[in-house]
Amino acid sequence: MDNKGTLTFLIVVAAVSIRWCVSLNPYSGAGKPPMFGDYEAQRHWMEMTYHLPVKEWYHNTSTNDLQYWGLDYPPLTAYHSWLCGYVADKVNPDWVALQRSRGHESEGHKLFMRYTVLVADLLVYIPAVIAFFLWTVKDRSNIQLLAFAAVTLLYPGLVLIDYGHFQYNCISLGFTLWAVVAMATNHELLGSVAFVLALNYKQMELYHAVPFFCYLLGRCLWSKDEIRLWKLAKIGVFVIGTFALCWLPFLHDIDHIQQVIHRIFPFARGLFEDKVSNIWCSLNVIIKLKNLLSQPLLIRLSLASTLICLAPSAVNLLLNPSIQKLKYALVNSSLVFFLFSYQVHEKSILIAALPVCLLIHEQPFVCTWFLLISVFSMLPLLIKDGLILATIPLMVLFYTGSKVSQSSWVTPPTSDQRGQSASFRNFAFWCSILGVIALTACSLVIQSPQRFPDLWPVLVSIYSCGHFILFLISFNYLQFTSEDIGQTSAIEGAVQSKLGGRDGHQGVGNKTKKGGKRKQKTNKVD
Amino acid sequence: MAAYIWVVVACLSTLKCLLIPSYRSTDFEVHRNWLAITHSLPISKWYFEDTSEWTLDYPPFFAWFEYLLSQIAVLFDPEMLKVNNLGYASSATILFQRLSVIVTDLVLAYAVKEFCLTLPKPREDGVRGWSQPGFTLSILLVANFGLLIIDHIHFQYNGFLFGLMLLSITRICQDRTLEGAFWFAVLLNFKHIYIYVAPAYFVYLLRTYCFTASNKNGGVKWTSFSPVRFLCLGVLVISVCALSFGPFIAMDQLPQVLSRLFPFKRGLCHAYWAPNFWALYNVADKALTVVGVKTGVVSGDVLKHKASMTAGLVQEFEHTVLPSVPPIATFALTGLTMLPSLLHLWRYPGGPKGFIRSITLCAFSSFIFGWHVHEKAVLLMIVPLSLLAVQSFKDAQVFLLLSTVGHFSLFPLLFTPAETPIKVCLMIAYTSFCFVSMDSCYRPINYTFSLPHLPLLNPIDTMYIVGLVPLYVYCDIIHPILGLSQTLAFLPLLLMSVYCSVGVIYSWLRLYWTTLKRGGTKVEHSKQE
Repeated sequence: MDNKGTLTFLIVVAAVSIRWCVSLNPYSGAGKPPMFGDYEAQRHWMEMTYHLPVKEWYHNTSTNDLQYWGLDYPPLTAYHSWLCGYVADKVNPDWVALQRSRGHESEGHKLFMRYTVLVADLLVYIPAVIAFFLWTVKDRSNIQLLAFAAVTLLYPGLVLIDYGHFQYNCISLGFTLWAVVAMATNHELLGSVAFVLALNYKQMELYHAVPFFCYLLGRCLWSKDEIRLWKLAKIGVFVIGTFALCWLPFLHDIDHIQQVIHRIFPFARGLFEDKVSNIWCSLNVIIKLKNLLSQPLLIRLSLASTLICLAPSAVNLLLNPSIQKLKYALVNSSLVFFLFSYQVHEKSILIAALPVCLLIHEQPFVCTWFLLISVFSMLPLLIKDGLILATIPLMVLFYTGSKVSQSSWVTPPTSDQRGQSASFRNFAFWCSILGVIALTACSLVIQSPQRFPDLWPVLVSIYSCGHFILFLISFNYLQFTSEDIGQTSAIEGAVQSKLGGRDGHQGVGNKTKKGGKRKQKTNKVD
Repeated sequence: MAAYIWVVVACLSTLKCLLIPSYRSTDFEVHRNWLAITHSLPISKWYFEDTSEWTLDYPPFFAWFEYLLSQIAVLFDPEMLKVNNLGYASSATILFQRLSVIVTDLVLAYAVKEFCLTLPKPREDGVRGWSQPGFTLSILLVANFGLLIIDHIHFQYNGFLFGLMLLSITRICQDRTLEGAFWFAVLLNFKHIYIYVAPAYFVYLLRTYCFTASNKNGGVKWTSFSPVRFLCLGVLVISVCALSFGPFIAMDQLPQVLSRLFPFKRGLCHAYWAPNFWALYNVADKALTVVGVKTGVVSGDVLKHKASMTAGLVQEFEHTVLPSVPPIATFALTGLTMLPSLLHLWRYPGGPKGFIRSITLCAFSSFIFGWHVHEKAVLLMIVPLSLLAVQSFKDAQVFLLLSTVGHFSLFPLLFTPAETPIKVCLMIAYTSFCFVSMDSCYRPINYTFSLPHLPLLNPIDTMYIVGLVPLYVYCDIIHPILGLSQTLAFLPLLLMSVYCSVGVIYSWLRLYWTTLKRGGTKVEHSKQE
């Protein structure tokens, strides 16, 4: 059972089985004309990109009604839609017939759409998860690594949204993950290309952009080599080049670019939609900011608050650009964006959940807790889509898997388990989970009163929002203290080997030296 | 030690819950109808009711089981309990029925846990629980591919019933013989198909419980017969049956009940040919017919029957060249092929392992030669054989062959495209787990061959198992692409039956051979693997 290849294979097969089980459930907007849901949006994009010339994709024309699920994702999504549309047309032209196929629903088509997600997942996300744990985490046994990979693959949020609700988050998140893998293995150019691809698949990946930027900039600035500028220039060229390639069909016309950007960033859609577990939606219960302030003011307010909360983590990473800090900064940045930025969707929590998954082997307790709450924060959506029956078992499975991966079966017990604080945090955890269970039960069983039709969704968002704020604080704390590991290892050589795994691919000795130098430099800068 | 089994059970239960929205066969409606019958009709009408074509044809305990379930079903959706609501499947009904299978499966989990406690103490050298036989066994049984797809997709209550069977076997292994006999009697009154393994129970209990001593050469000591024990057993079994059938005997309905339980109107083979001897027989008949017509030995008229025979939908058909098989012939063959194993069990009881081996052999005989055998019955061999697989190398070899082939032969049960990835993934996962875990269990044993091969199997077995892959690819992918689905609709099923029946019969012969050889040289007593 210690064979790495066989175990990996078994885990992938299990992950696919679970994903396919979820795909048996209904998708968003199934049987709900006239607008249906995200499933129809994706189908419509296939229809449109396949039949219309590129220059009409983002424009309102007689054949392209942008009011009906107009394309509002960056070009890579459009190309992907075109590819799927091409295959769909070969299999059954009715699925993507121009205009005539609106609201098309059939068993065969559902199956086709589910397969497209599975293929994307198998090509991008699943290998990225395996690669992350096998290539970048050191000093753990194969069984441990693969157990963590399995837990990450079982994270219910992504599975439910991609295979139930219907989206292709696995692609954008998968590219981001590949970016982290590449950075951790010292392939910064490849990493930046992967991240640009993610960004060009889904603009929401901007939530991750600041940490990547700070990390790369920091690496260039504090690089030992004399050719820092050259390094920076190379990365810049690769980033701009990838962008240019992705936008190639739109580059001939500046108006065209503006139109695409206008479609991608719809500021007109308001501060938030539906019930999101962020600050603005929660504040809305007390102060109706939406009515008090004008839209430009709201945009400025959200921008300012986002930047202020983002600053500490970003500066910290810029000064100490290590993979460890990058991962924490990714969590912090995406959480800040989720909590404070403009026009946030409840599904955007997945963007924060991804980097949390990458920390699950270091902070299993906090990460498991966060991931469970993140799924819970999407509860109203999941109930609406009829996915609750899949959500509950997935949550149980995920929690069990996470417990097993931490248990003595997989991880030999370590000495640094703090007894007292552990029992306190367990108490807090179970109180929190009790709240989750109670709110879930209420949402399912008790009809909300007439006066407050959104009582349960609002309570769910406020409850999750409170958690997210606390998580944001603790992940910031963890990011700042994660430096201590480096210092300790610099002093105690014996601890080095133990902690080496936490620093990704870099050799421990190397890392320590670099860290030391960096610190000196930091002092000078200060 | 037993903690891991509950982890396995928890994970598997979540998987089962995820399968709730999957495809349901007509068996779902069968069980809904039985819920309705037992809930809304008096006992006297249970076995007479025929509004639905799916009449109650399980023994009375199962009817009572449905009755108990229906008491909870009321809370979910009372509509499902109306006899006239044919084909009723509201989401509450689906949820309730699916959950009832998942919850009653806990009987199996409990039985597996109990059985694992009878296994020899785990080796100390392995730090992790992974490579312990108990852990392996609990996954082999709780996550059994066949049980998963038959119970949780197709819809039946086999997990619960096999749980009872395992419990009975476990009690007998623990020397709590009367309890074991009691559970087996109960099981028989839940589903009478288990009567196929009853001969093994009868012989084993008579030999080791009613006769209390053996001669020095291992033979039975005739003077040690204990009438008290015999009487105890008899009274126990008869009273369980009386409890079950008594009310119907009192109402003078026994013939009606029995006619429902044993419907001989059905044909030799089920709609899809189970991979047994008769599948080969049918194919031989068909091949001979074609050859005969070509050479003019057989008149062309017989070909008119071809459609009815090959479509596989008509349950009864006449053989054209080979003699048609009456039910009595199948019984005779089943009995005859069981006989050597039973005699062997009598001569060399061989402890619990010999008993389990004998159960498996009885199940094999009835599966291979029985009348109107369902493909699902293959679990009757796979489940007891799993118990042996973790304890003995030779049995593990047969188990790997049989479980792979047997589970593969269940594929046609799930024919909906949406479920295809699940059945393929689960099959791959389960089979690879079997091979990997058996490999790590028996790694010290030297069985290397010069040619590449799968763990524990020789190159020829390996080729046979690997051959399942192209077979599947042909049947599910190439055949439809070639556009033969209409003209040669039967061909994939026929190929599968024939290919699998070869494997099943081969596994049977091999298990038979090792069993007979083993007892003769008394390996069982001298060497524990």
